[in-house]
Amino acid sequence: MPTFLREASLKRHTVLDLLFRNLTRVSAFGVLALLMAILASLVVGSMPAIRAFGFGFLTSSDWDPVSEQFGALIPIVGTLVTSAIALTIAIPVSFGIALFLTELSPRVLRRPLGIAIELLAGIPSIIYGMWGLFVFAPLFADHVEPWLNDHIGTMPYIGPFFSGPPMGIGVLTAGIILAIMVIPFIASVMRDVFEVVPTLLKESAYGLGATTWEVMWRVVLPYTRIGVVGGIMLGLGRALGETMAITFVIGNSHELSKSLLMPGNSIASALANEFTEAYGELYTAALIELGLILFFITFVVLSLARYMLFKLGKREGQAT
Amino acid sequence: MNAENIANPQIITQKTIVPKIIVRDLNFYYGDFCALKDINLSIAEKMVTAFIGPSGCGKSTLLRTFNRMYQLYPKQKATGEILMDGANILDKAQDLNMLRAKIGMVFQKPTPFPMSIYDNIAFGVKLYESLSKNDMDERVEWALRKAALWTEAKDKLKQSGTSLSGGQQQRLCIARAIAVKPQVLLLDEPTSALDPISTAHIEKLIDELKEDFTIVIVTHNMQQAARVSDYTAYMYLGDLIEFGDTSMVFTNPKRKETEDYITGRFG
Amino acid sequence: MLNLYTRRRIVNAIGLVISMLAMAFGLFWLCWILWTLLEHGLPALTPLVFSQMTPPPGSSGGLLNAIVGSLAMTLVGTLIGTPIGILAGTYLAEFGQRGWLAPITRFINDVLLSAPSIVIGLFVYEIYVIRVKHFSGWAGALALSIIVIPIVIRTTENMLRLVPTTLREAAAALGAPQWKIINFITLRAARAGIITGVMLAIARISGETAPLLFTALNNQFWSSDMDQPMANLPVVIFQFAMSPYEDWQKLAWAGALLITLSVLTLNILARVLFRQKSASH
Repeated sequence: MPTFLREASLKRHTVLDLLFRNLTRVSAFGVLALLMAILASLVVGSMPAIRAFGFGFLTSSDWDPVSEQFGALIPIVGTLVTSAIALTIAIPVSFGIALFLTELSPRVLRRPLGIAIELLAGIPSIIYGMWGLFVFAPLFADHVEPWLNDHIGTMPYIGPFFSGPPMGIGVLTAGIILAIMVIPFIASVMRDVFEVVPTLLKESAYGLGATTWEVMWRVVLPYTRIGVVGGIMLGLGRALGETMAITFVIGNSHELSKSLLMPGNSIASALANEFTEAYGELYTAALIELGLILFFITFVVLSLARYMLFKLGKREGQAT
Repeated sequence: MNAENIANPQIITQKTIVPKIIVRDLNFYYGDFCALKDINLSIAEKMVTAFIGPSGCGKSTLLRTFNRMYQLYPKQKATGEILMDGANILDKAQDLNMLRAKIGMVFQKPTPFPMSIYDNIAFGVKLYESLSKNDMDERVEWALRKAALWTEAKDKLKQSGTSLSGGQQQRLCIARAIAVKPQVLLLDEPTSALDPISTAHIEKLIDELKEDFTIVIVTHNMQQAARVSDYTAYMYLGDLIEFGDTSMVFTNPKRKETEDYITGRFG
Repeated sequence: MLNLYTRRRIVNAIGLVISMLAMAFGLFWLCWILWTLLEHGLPALTPLVFSQMTPPPGSSGGLLNAIVGSLAMTLVGTLIGTPIGILAGTYLAEFGQRGWLAPITRFINDVLLSAPSIVIGLFVYEIYVIRVKHFSGWAGALALSIIVIPIVIRTTENMLRLVPTTLREAAAALGAPQWKIINFITLRAARAGIITGVMLAIARISGETAPLLFTALNNQFWSSDMDQPMANLPVVIFQFAMSPYEDWQKLAWAGALLITLSVLTLNILARVLFRQKSASH
């Protein structure tokens, strides 16, 4: 046996191993540091506003740059309401799309249709905004909002939410456009998890005489609910942080209104509209605090999703 | 079943029997689970030793302690001694990469690297030797010839290793393993993913390779063990039940459990 | 009995029809948006768009400076973000079985992945723009790179995990040190997937507007100096679309069409490439 193994190359390898491992480690650590830095910079930047308004910032609906009175209530409500509208529309539609793509679609169409839906996710958000402002909002104002006013606006309880001047731009419009934007995210996650359901499981259900709908609703959906919840949370995260699409159509009004047809504001669009023009330390700080609140909300949503997935995964002893 | 009486050279062979690897009181743990219990055996130099037994008996685990492959994973550990040429493999001071360069391994499924056939073989050689282009060409040819793949592969050395058939890929992996000129070759069910013809090729190859290498093979196929090995170890649930000369183990097993397994009354 | 069965069949039929409607609903928006873009964008997409600078209101012009600025910032952002992302992703996949760093980093990465991009813009404004006291192309590229990093980390880790362990073991069994195994075997085997991820990241940042608003801002003139405010397509589209001037709005449509086409092309290309590469393995 030749003794060709060289001590020198061995040593070099050990050193390089150490170097490489630490290089990747430093990069991973960098991600951690990045988050810390983001948090720290936002907190530092918003300090003047935090000192001036305290927790009242969260519950005040004032937004008056002239007298330097700021409150985050309207943008927070706007962000939450638009996201809620978006999810209400997007979840059932996404389920339908995923069901179609996994069970109903002819095999040849499956891939092209799947890609088409994913392309919807690829369209930059500013395009949604432009399209919403120039195309969707006018149509919505002319054809849908008058109808809403006449039919749903007169109902008890929910009526006030749907009555108001048909302007096209407003919270409802923003919510609908958000829905279109998050549908592809939720739908493709749902499709992916539906596709990994063992064929055997579905066949056993069909074998009992279950209809396609029953198989999806009673077998596939419960089996994949962890993944489905994950997909919905992903969509929610998107919706909360979406900026450009909403900025175009929400109307940027700092008035609190019950009606979903009225203009409102969201955290992200307030930032996009006002930040570069903000004058004075307090105004800037208030806007940065809005950013901090938005970051905090998405963080909480994500942590909650993680926790739920963890719990569900533990109980069922399986992970998706 | 200890190391002394199995290396008993009553069997008449043309080779002198020298133990290459001696295992002493080896225990292996996956977390808290003890997968190997007090294993004692020795592997004869330039012979073929086969580990057989039902799934989960620990035969692959035992094989993987010889090159400490388990160290890639957390929570796996081995205690005891594995002596190769007198040095303890399990010793922390033992350099892993050096050890593995001396002990080649071939896996259940073919594992061609995502590179050309030539580079697949050169990869391991380059790690510890700096050969000239000519020497490297020679080494690659030598390894491919040894692995009986030269005639099939010589015209497509630049093609991706994945372009070969399953049986050819496995021979490529054997060529890759022997190209670094190891002393011991570990084969972990090398034919389980192959068709009968490829299997026959590999078995013939094993027979030729034992001229140069000490070979340890794990197999779930008893006929294969009987055909290719000089010594056989039967394992069950982490215990070494019987170890000895292959013809003895198969024709005249000392233990009832071994007999049951071999005659198919079990597993 | 028949009654129950009929009811089940009706529910099934309704469910399936709704599912088809949902699919049509999704496609409807895609077609509508693309149609709008073509309708408004194609007439506005003249050769001038590629040869002239962004104009003041009321005169004709193009988007050349914005296109170049977008390309420059996307390129720099990708060049900064990709190596860091690949290294950190490698750490998570290859060294991350033990210790506290990997699980935390994985979680943090998810947070960054879903972090609102406008907040990233705020962050870069706070730590960079304020310090140097002016908006700049570098700041824009930095913000984009922060968006690239988590995407690349995620795909790198996922793709590396798909590489069979036996491949790593086979390389380790030859005595290969870990840096060699990772660089020459596993990263290589995962190459197609990682490239796809990088392409998707590029697609994502080339349409990003929000993080550029407070970092690169805009520049009406030609600028090849990354240390100056830099024109870029998304912000130009935003400003021009929101303006009352018709020529500006036209240019915004041209830009919108341009950006959408390139983003969608990147998306499709990435998918096709990934399919081909993974099919050949």
